[in-house]
Amino acid sequence: MSKLITSGSGDTSATDEFIKGLWRENPIFVQVLGMCPTLAVTNSANNALVMGLATAFVLTLSNSIVSLIRHRVPKQVRIATYIMIIATFVTVVDYLIQAISLDMHKALGAFVPLIVVNCLILGRAEAFASKNPMGKSLLDGLGMGLGFTIALLCLGITRELIGNGSIFGWAVFADSYQQWVIMLLPSGGFFTLGLWLIVFNRLKRKTSTITIIKAKAKTNAKTIVKSNATPGTTP
Amino acid sequence: MNDATLWSIFINASLINNFVLAYFLGICPFLGVSGKLATATRMGASVTFVMLIASMSTYGIHALLLMINAPYLNLIAYIVVIAATVQIVEMFIKKTSPLLFRTLGIFLPLITTNCAILGLALFQTNRGYNFIQCIVYALGAGAGFTLALVLMVGLREKLELANVPDTFKGTAVTLMLAGILSLVFMGFAGLGS
Repeated sequence: MSKLITSGSGDTSATDEFIKGLWRENPIFVQVLGMCPTLAVTNSANNALVMGLATAFVLTLSNSIVSLIRHRVPKQVRIATYIMIIATFVTVVDYLIQAISLDMHKALGAFVPLIVVNCLILGRAEAFASKNPMGKSLLDGLGMGLGFTIALLCLGITRELIGNGSIFGWAVFADSYQQWVIMLLPSGGFFTLGLWLIVFNRLKRKTSTITIIKAKAKTNAKTIVKSNATPGTTP
Repeated sequence: MNDATLWSIFINASLINNFVLAYFLGICPFLGVSGKLATATRMGASVTFVMLIASMSTYGIHALLLMINAPYLNLIAYIVVIAATVQIVEMFIKKTSPLLFRTLGIFLPLITTNCAILGLALFQTNRGYNFIQCIVYALGAGAGFTLALVLMVGLREKLELANVPDTFKGTAVTLMLAGILSLVFMGFAGLGS
C-alpha cells in the first residue's frame, strides 16, 4: 500500500494528472495493483477491452464523487463510504454490460462485480480524490483508467495472439498454426504478466541508467568548463 | 438449486478450481505475505475463518433480498456485510482472546479488501448452493487458499538461495513461480467431477 501514497496531491498541471496514469505510474506495470481482473479476464483482447473500460468508467465516476463530498465525510467512516460509492457504480456497470451484450456478461462472469474490491479504485479514492478538487480527480481517474485498459489490452492481445492465433477474434496466423493452449489457461496469465513486468523492468533500468549517464555528463562538462575558465591551472 | 455432493464441492473449491491459482482471487495477500511460513499459515487461518462467517451471512442476506424482491442490491449489501463481519470478528477476538488478536495483527482488517471473500459470496449465489453446501464451499476455498499460500512460501524460500538475474527480481519472478504452481494444480482437473 505504500506505493499508493507516492502520488498524493501537489501543484501539478492538469495534463500531467492525466498523462501520469498512462505510463509513469501505470497501475499494473508500475504500481502492480488490481491483479485479479488483470489475470482472470485477459484470455482474449475483447474481454480485456470491456473489463478495462468498465473499470475506467467506475474509477472516473467514483473519483469525481469522492472528491465532491470529500469535506463532508467524517474521517472514521470514509473507507466504508468510498466502498459504497464504488459498489453503486459497479452495479450500474454490471447491468449496463448485461443490457448491451449478454454474451460478454457471461464471459466476464463474476469478475465485473469484483471490480468493487479492485485495490486500484479504492487506492485512488483514498490517495488522490480525497485530497484534490473534482476536475483533477476526474482527470486522474480517466488517466489511470486508460492506463489500466492499455495494460489489460497488452496482456489480452499477447495471450489471444499466442494462445488462439487471433486478435479481437480475427485470425492472424495461418490455419496450420499450432495454438499454445497454455496461454489461455490460468497459468498463462501468470506467465504473460511476469514477462510484461520483466520488459518494463528492463525499460525502467535503461531510462534510469540513461538519466544517470546524462547527469554525469552534465557535471563532467561543468567541471571541464570550470577548469578551462580558471586561468593559470594549465601548465 | 445445486445438487453437487458435499465432497465434490470441497475438492472443487480447494484443488481443482483453487481460488488463487485458477480464479486469481486474493492475489494481493498471495504475493504480499507469502514470505514467511508463520505469517502465511496465520493469514490462511484468518481468511478461512472470515470466509466461513461471511459465507453464512451472505447466504442469509441473499435470501432476504430475494424476499423483498431487490436482487440488484446484492453487491452493495454483500460488501457492507463483509466489512461489518470483519469488524465484528476483530472486536470479538480482541475481547475473548487478546493473544490470538495479537498474533493475527494487521491481517484481520486487511481481509475486507481481499477479493477472495467477495468472490466466494458471488460464486455461491451464482451456483445456488444451499446453506450446508455454502459452509462446505467456504471451508474448501479457505483450505485451498491456505494450501496455495504455504506452497508459495516453500518456493520463495528456495528462490532466495537461487541466483536470479536483476531484471527478473521481485514480482516478475514470483509471478513466474505462481504460473508453474498453477500448472501443477491443473493436474487435479477431473478429480472431483
